[in-house]
Amino acid sequence: MNLISLIGAVEIGLVFALVALGVYISFRVLDFPDLTVDGSFPLGAAVAAAMISGGINPITGTLAAIVAGCLAGVVTAWLNIRFGILHLLAGILTMTALFSVNLRIMGRPNIPLMNQPTLIDLFAWLRPLVEASGLPGRPTLKVLALLIIVSVVGALLARFLTSEFGLAMRATGANPRMAQAQGIPSEMHTYIGVAMANGLVALAGALFAQTAGFADVTVGTGTAIAGLAAVILGETIFRTKSIVIAIFSCVFGAIGYRIAIALALNTGWLGLQSSDLNLVTAVLVAMALILPKVVNPMRSLLKRSAT
Amino acid sequence: MISLSDVHVTFGRGTPLEHRALRGLDLTIPEGEFVTVIGSNGAGKSTLLNVLSGTARPERGSIIVDGTDVTRWSAPKRAKLIARVFQDPMAGTCERLSIEENMALAFSRGSVRSFGRALDASRRSLFREKLSMLGLGLENRLGDSMGLLSGGQRQAVSLLMSTLTGMKILLLDEHTAALDPRTAAFVLELTRRIVEEQRLTALMVTHSMRDALDHGTRTVMLHEGTIVFDIAGDQRKSLDVPDMLNLFRQARGDELSDDNLLLGMGAKQAAAVKVGKTASS
Repeated sequence: MNLISLIGAVEIGLVFALVALGVYISFRVLDFPDLTVDGSFPLGAAVAAAMISGGINPITGTLAAIVAGCLAGVVTAWLNIRFGILHLLAGILTMTALFSVNLRIMGRPNIPLMNQPTLIDLFAWLRPLVEASGLPGRPTLKVLALLIIVSVVGALLARFLTSEFGLAMRATGANPRMAQAQGIPSEMHTYIGVAMANGLVALAGALFAQTAGFADVTVGTGTAIAGLAAVILGETIFRTKSIVIAIFSCVFGAIGYRIAIALALNTGWLGLQSSDLNLVTAVLVAMALILPKVVNPMRSLLKRSAT
Repeated sequence: MISLSDVHVTFGRGTPLEHRALRGLDLTIPEGEFVTVIGSNGAGKSTLLNVLSGTARPERGSIIVDGTDVTRWSAPKRAKLIARVFQDPMAGTCERLSIEENMALAFSRGSVRSFGRALDASRRSLFREKLSMLGLGLENRLGDSMGLLSGGQRQAVSLLMSTLTGMKILLLDEHTAALDPRTAAFVLELTRRIVEEQRLTALMVTHSMRDALDHGTRTVMLHEGTIVFDIAGDQRKSLDVPDMLNLFRQARGDELSDDNLLLGMGAKQAAAVKVGKTASS
């Protein structure tokens, strides 16, 4: 693997770190397996790309993408809470609808963002630093910009989840009955949490469009599972109860996962090509979910035979 | 003062499984009273607690807390007036969160949850002080996950959590039923101490007539969704378990055997037993 592909892997890893944080909120904090993210990732990309190519400021475009993602989350939460539709199905319904919505927003299946102003331009002040490092200019600048954005988002999220309000949200996911008995309006926390999760994923989509230079309606396929893979990988490496470390581990997991994928794709003898990414991801997540169930009985067997 | 008047609750209305859990229940609890509630299975004890805490809605009747009608209030909204300890030790606490986080959740019960930090030095020292009251050494384990605690420890912490902030009434839902006898005795003693020290108004549901008489200041017996007797003061002090069974029979005019009441046998079975007795005599 060469330097360019490593930097590329870190770049996409940082984008997916935001997806991982979103998935962490819905799957782990709220215990709400939300598949809307497969639609809100391209939604964020579509909104940002459509607005930027329409001549609107990238900051406004990115903020609009976040708002759109939040709204998508609210729809899913509403279907689940108000009408009692199973959370998985509610997410699939919204995600399916978003495919058409995204096409409407873009007016065509994809929008290129070549030579357009992007959020990365705001970080042009880092250019002397990048040049001094001797690393390839544009890709390194993108990585640094994303690193700053992800760090700020991660720090804000850690602060939020350790606040009284965030703690109430965690209780809502962990034990809704107890949460209600403690005066926590659990429905409101579910609405806000699912909205936040999808807002984060839409932000990831918007950043993806601006760093990769295009938005496409199909970029969302497998977003939820890729996010989950990052969360699980992070959890496996850092076994922790601390929220701050859990958030760091999501980011670390997302980047580590992308580097591992890049390595696997670059290794000729595995015979993998980049289109195999979703298959590899699904197999890895399935293994991560199966292994604890297989390993523990084996361990107890080994222990028994040892004594 | 808490007052329930003419409260009716029916589950599965209009279905073959229709169950009239509460049938015009009236109960007034003055401030500072510790009421123990007994009754066989299906008498309406849990429904009474659910109606008070807001997780079950009465179809008729009203619930008034200190002059405010809370009948239509949701459970979270009532939490600032009503605290509750559940029967299941797993239900009252979050096992995924740490002890101090659980305490912080309870500490904000009834107030607006801000974006301020849930835990800081002053709160931690308060929680440590409160936990040391339990004498379980938990004050040194603030950061431990709640899931590491035993059922009895969790129930003790639940009790402590429910009394961290002010309330109008504390509901105890057979909170020692899932514990072994020694731990149950410890939690009951702790309950008595906390209720006395903080002069709380409390309502404790129990399956044990002994506990019902030994604790609190007033005992109420439920049967088929209504109160069949209600005693307090000297009359209660002179009472023992057999007297209570007699009282129950008088109140109902039934001839249920002691075992029926204790084992919670249904009316039909009781009738069958009675017929059998008559035939053999």
